[in-house]
Amino acid sequence: MPGWPAIADIAADVNSGKLKAVDLVKQALKAIENNKEFDAIISVLDERALARAEQIDKNPSGRLAGVPFIAKDNFLTLGGKTTAASNILRPFEAPYQSTAIERLEAEGAICIAKANLDAFAHGSSTENSDWFTTKNPHDKTRVPGGSSGGSAASVILDIAPFALGSDTGGSIRQPAGFVGAVGVKPTYGRVSRSGVVAMASSTDVIGPLTKTVADAALVLDVMSGKDELDSTTIEKQAGSYTDLEFDLNGKKIGVVKEYMDEGLEPGVKQRIDEAIEKFKAAGAQVEPVSLPSLPLALAVYYIVCPAEVSSNLSRYDGQRYGHSAKDAQNLDESYELSREQGFGAEAKRRIMIGAYVLSSGYYDAYYKKAQTVRTKIINEFAKAFENYDFLIGPTSPTTAFKIGEKTDDPLKMYLNDIMTVAANMSGNPAISVPAGTFDGLPVGLQIIAPQGADHQMLAMAKAFEELN
Amino acid sequence: MSKLSRDDVLKLAALSKLRLSDEEVEKLRGELSEILSYVEMLDKVDISGVEPTYQVSGLKNVYRQDKTRDYGYKTEDLLKNAPAIQDGQFKVKRVL
Repeated sequence: MPGWPAIADIAADVNSGKLKAVDLVKQALKAIENNKEFDAIISVLDERALARAEQIDKNPSGRLAGVPFIAKDNFLTLGGKTTAASNILRPFEAPYQSTAIERLEAEGAICIAKANLDAFAHGSSTENSDWFTTKNPHDKTRVPGGSSGGSAASVILDIAPFALGSDTGGSIRQPAGFVGAVGVKPTYGRVSRSGVVAMASSTDVIGPLTKTVADAALVLDVMSGKDELDSTTIEKQAGSYTDLEFDLNGKKIGVVKEYMDEGLEPGVKQRIDEAIEKFKAAGAQVEPVSLPSLPLALAVYYIVCPAEVSSNLSRYDGQRYGHSAKDAQNLDESYELSREQGFGAEAKRRIMIGAYVLSSGYYDAYYKKAQTVRTKIINEFAKAFENYDFLIGPTSPTTAFKIGEKTDDPLKMYLNDIMTVAANMSGNPAISVPAGTFDGLPVGLQIIAPQGADHQMLAMAKAFEELN
Repeated sequence: MSKLSRDDVLKLAALSKLRLSDEEVEKLRGELSEILSYVEMLDKVDISGVEPTYQVSGLKNVYRQDKTRDYGYKTEDLLKNAPAIQDGQFKVKRVL
């Protein structure tokens, strides 16, 4: 099946009447049917999507008129269930939609389905989904990455022109790298998280997954900006992200030394080295730069994230929504059994670690210490950006791994995020763009930009895309 | 390596309102110990003179008008996921 045209072109054709939103939705729904074997989709919002498409065809308007898209199943949507791929939310029907979805719909986009993820976005492979494991479109015996693995696979399978993901430690960029998509983690606060199932609120961001940087820029442009329902949101940058003029000549690019050292798969290193050469050939000044605290980011993350998870997941108590234990004799038992039955092993692990690092006697040694090392990471980024316009490195140390390869060892799974997690701890924007393949499997180049410089990062990523 | 005892795990489970099976307690004891050992690499870091960061974008005290706003939600929609309701409210088991 041919891929989708550029999103801006689809919208223009719907607005001019050349394309019908209903046909686009039907095409997307058919693509879901045809790709069932990859298990990228949890649920389909066909009724609502078709009804919306009919309305749009009557009076087309908007920058995303008639454009079908997929939302990760941790975005609250109307017209079906929102489960976060977790048993505890299996019966949940959202009474309202996330701000991001509302903004996309206001420009005419149509959410057609909900994508698979690791339950509550806890994971790097979708193997922790309480539903099923999504298969990598390039090799069905391998994972698509995670946690936004269903979203990433959907884009590469051409189910829809774009998908939404969330990124707390790498969950947009790592799967984008594993399947060969573009995945954007914007600056912290750039896009409202209102109506997205919370994981670690001090690092959670949401962003698009697409096949091209221009498509991602358009979607991010529509979603960005302050929202009174998420008090952490920041003002939008001046200008439109869709203006992607950029000249690499004379730009200063630092290659993060700590990401190019040991542990990097030779095939990944080769592709990143080639990217460096392309940047140089385009006139950029590229040199290695050391940020010695970055290798600590994962340890910081595995204190801060579970701490926030233990707090955010306390709302799943079996009393107001979600799974509720039938056999409980009293209120306390109702809480304990609902949570015991509804949460999977990884959620329990994170809740327990969180409870431990926040408990009296351990708070200073773990939580406060982690947040202090976090400051060091932020300072090192800020210092590096005094000398460099961008930092680059691989998105992940390896290409997509085999299904089942890392499920027995939580720590081994956590190490997947070693190169993505620092930007979450600091809040900097970062993007994964395709940098070729090795043995048939995609390699992602990660570009990290200064705080708030999402626009410049997108333009630079587009310039890299054009070098390939 | 930090070693959690069985009692440590049970205490955390109680704080977290999780009724774990015996098998889970044993498994988590090992896994949690391993994760805590990993993060102990931070003990070697010199953090003298560095303050902790809890919010990365520097926003502080974002205020809004203390006014009600009509989001158009209906009470029955907001209650439709509850296991038990009565008189437009969530119904839970006896607290005391």
